[in-house]
Amino acid sequence: MPEQHIVLRHRAIPHLDRLDVYVANGGYVQLKRAVTSMTPAEVIDLVKQSGLRGRGGAGFPTGLKWSFVPAGIDKPRYVVVNNDESEPGTFKDHEITLSNPHQFIEGAAIAAYAIGARDVYIYSRGEFWDEMVHLKACIAEARAAGHLGQNLFGTDYGVEVHVTPGAGAYICGEETALLNSLEGELGQPRLKPPFPAVAGLYACPTVVNNTETLANVPQIMERGPEWYKAIGTEKSPGTKIISVSGHVARPGNYEVPLGTPFAEVLALAGGVWQGRAMKALLPAGASAPVIPAETAMGMNCDWESVAATGSILGSASFIVLDETTDMAWVAYKTVRFFQHESCGKCSPCREGTFWMKKILTRVVHGEATAADIPLLGDVVRQIDSKCFCPLGEFALSAPRSTLAQFEGDYLGHVGAPRP
Amino acid sequence: MPDPAAVPPALPPADRLQRAFAAEIAAAVAKYPAGRQASAVLDLLYLAQAAYGRITTEAIEEVAAVLEMDPTQVRGVVGFYSLFKEEPHGRFVIHYCTDLPCALRGADAFLPRVCRAFGVPGPGETSPDGLFSVEEAMCLAACDRAPMMQVNLSYFHDLTDERLDGIVAALKAKAAAGEAVGPPFGFGSVRGVAEGVPSVEAPS
Ligand SMILES: Cc1cc2nc3c(=O)[nH]c(=O)nc-3n(C[C@H](O)[C@H](O)[C@H](O)COP(=O)(O)O)c2cc1C
Ligand code: SF4
Ligand code: FES
Repeated sequence: MPEQHIVLRHRAIPHLDRLDVYVANGGYVQLKRAVTSMTPAEVIDLVKQSGLRGRGGAGFPTGLKWSFVPAGIDKPRYVVVNNDESEPGTFKDHEITLSNPHQFIEGAAIAAYAIGARDVYIYSRGEFWDEMVHLKACIAEARAAGHLGQNLFGTDYGVEVHVTPGAGAYICGEETALLNSLEGELGQPRLKPPFPAVAGLYACPTVVNNTETLANVPQIMERGPEWYKAIGTEKSPGTKIISVSGHVARPGNYEVPLGTPFAEVLALAGGVWQGRAMKALLPAGASAPVIPAETAMGMNCDWESVAATGSILGSASFIVLDETTDMAWVAYKTVRFFQHESCGKCSPCREGTFWMKKILTRVVHGEATAADIPLLGDVVRQIDSKCFCPLGEFALSAPRSTLAQFEGDYLGHVGAPRP
Repeated sequence: MPDPAAVPPALPPADRLQRAFAAEIAAAVAKYPAGRQASAVLDLLYLAQAAYGRITTEAIEEVAAVLEMDPTQVRGVVGFYSLFKEEPHGRFVIHYCTDLPCALRGADAFLPRVCRAFGVPGPGETSPDGLFSVEEAMCLAACDRAPMMQVNLSYFHDLTDERLDGIVAALKAKAAAGEAVGPPFGFGSVRGVAEGVPSVEAPS
């Protein structure tokens, strides 16, 4: 199965980041169509029919999320674009922001019209500094050309798109932490419910969507929900950008229909590098349980098929590990990340990631004893299901799954005989 | 972009941010609804970092005063995020990624060479000439181009010894020419600083 570029259209259309090129290729026509000839409910229905699901990790149906915004509340509504992209191994929103920015800006404006919002905030990780400069210029140009702003297309509807920076905190990708960050609070998660659709930014109804999710919307409107639904699988329609990193010949973003066999994605990325065999796959960055090579090679890439292996698709950042990889070291690297990024709000995560890192540091430096391995398992069990937000649980994925499936890699570090 | 170094030292410290970036402050606050100016705290902290060189007590107090926030809350925000620097650092801050995907492609092994190229004893330190600070970073969303780094938040990918040398030379030349690069973060962009080593991928 070849790649299919619905979001990465710039691969075939040079300079699609330029407004003139974007407009020459159908740009902002769908926003105009929505605002001038459709009701908000019709837009939501169209997105619902397409089956589009969120690309930020959870795969929640996008049209359904938009429909949760309560009608008849006399409060402002907001659309927040989650452009925080900080999961290790994920670099798709980065490419979209650089090379096809207008498509997700248009998608965000369509979402705003659909839920009755007049302000869109694009929350980008602070490290995307030059990218945000580019983004602001794109927005200003689109606004000057009458594609955004007040009295849009001669109607009394108006939408302003703002760019706001994060400042280096992975947890701010979690939507409620993001909203706190956007309000000038510490970027720590909130209790759910209430969900953002009911009480989000400034306690007002808010839709938070990922950059890639929104970039799909203009194409869905242009080509129709039936066209979109026919791509991918029944439960996971459309394409997904898979960020392939690690031990492959050609790391990069590959946009394929959902349900594409993993073996084909691996082939697109040039296969395992240096003629080696694959040992395992981390399908969702640092956050997912590891999948052994044999299982991965028989797996399709959609939410249901990856879940069936006991792991998660998440935002589809595939980290490929070759046969030489030390899985205890992999667990160390992921835990080091989560310990650094734990927001400190709850003690199981704050303390637990600290202890796991301590033990794993001993393991990879050859200073651990055989007792450290069951100790790591104990710490994992103690944190399990006790964390306030998913980050704490994500931190357990690599240690737990590598302990279960690659215990020999740990034993090798403590001088114990391999089983 | 006003050169922060050009702000006269005689100014009362509590004005540095507002003197340097009045228009930028107004634009940042205007993004948010009336009464929600605290939302602009991250925008303003970047500006304050540029105006003061780093996040000092005065910087925190001025941001708090402008946004009508409690300085304790602003201090909390500063401590929460990794891009606000309270300690002195070099003119160029290098964030070199050693997270898992980059490490799988040799980033850990390359780290000593990065430190050597910048004349820094090790990660977390600053070169004796005060030009470069090298820090290890978590994933920077460019794992397909490892080894990679950011210099003052501009991307440099696919590092080799040769490319590193070119980048270091270009940065040194920029500093020696007295060019206003501004302090790191936000206003220290060095995008495209070295000929032939684009920092940000040119949009295709
Ligand atoms: C720890 C954590 C980090 C997350 N990071 C991101 C992120 O960087 N980008 C993103 O779009 N979603 C991220 N999410 C998911 C968001 O909470 C949210 O589900 C998503 O932005 C919704 O958009 P979607 O429905 O379009 O996927 C993260 C979730 C968690 C728990
Ligand atoms: S689980 Fe971790 S990241 Fe989530 S709230 Fe608790 S401390 Fe913060
Ligand atoms: S791991 Fe280095 S950029 Fe992602």
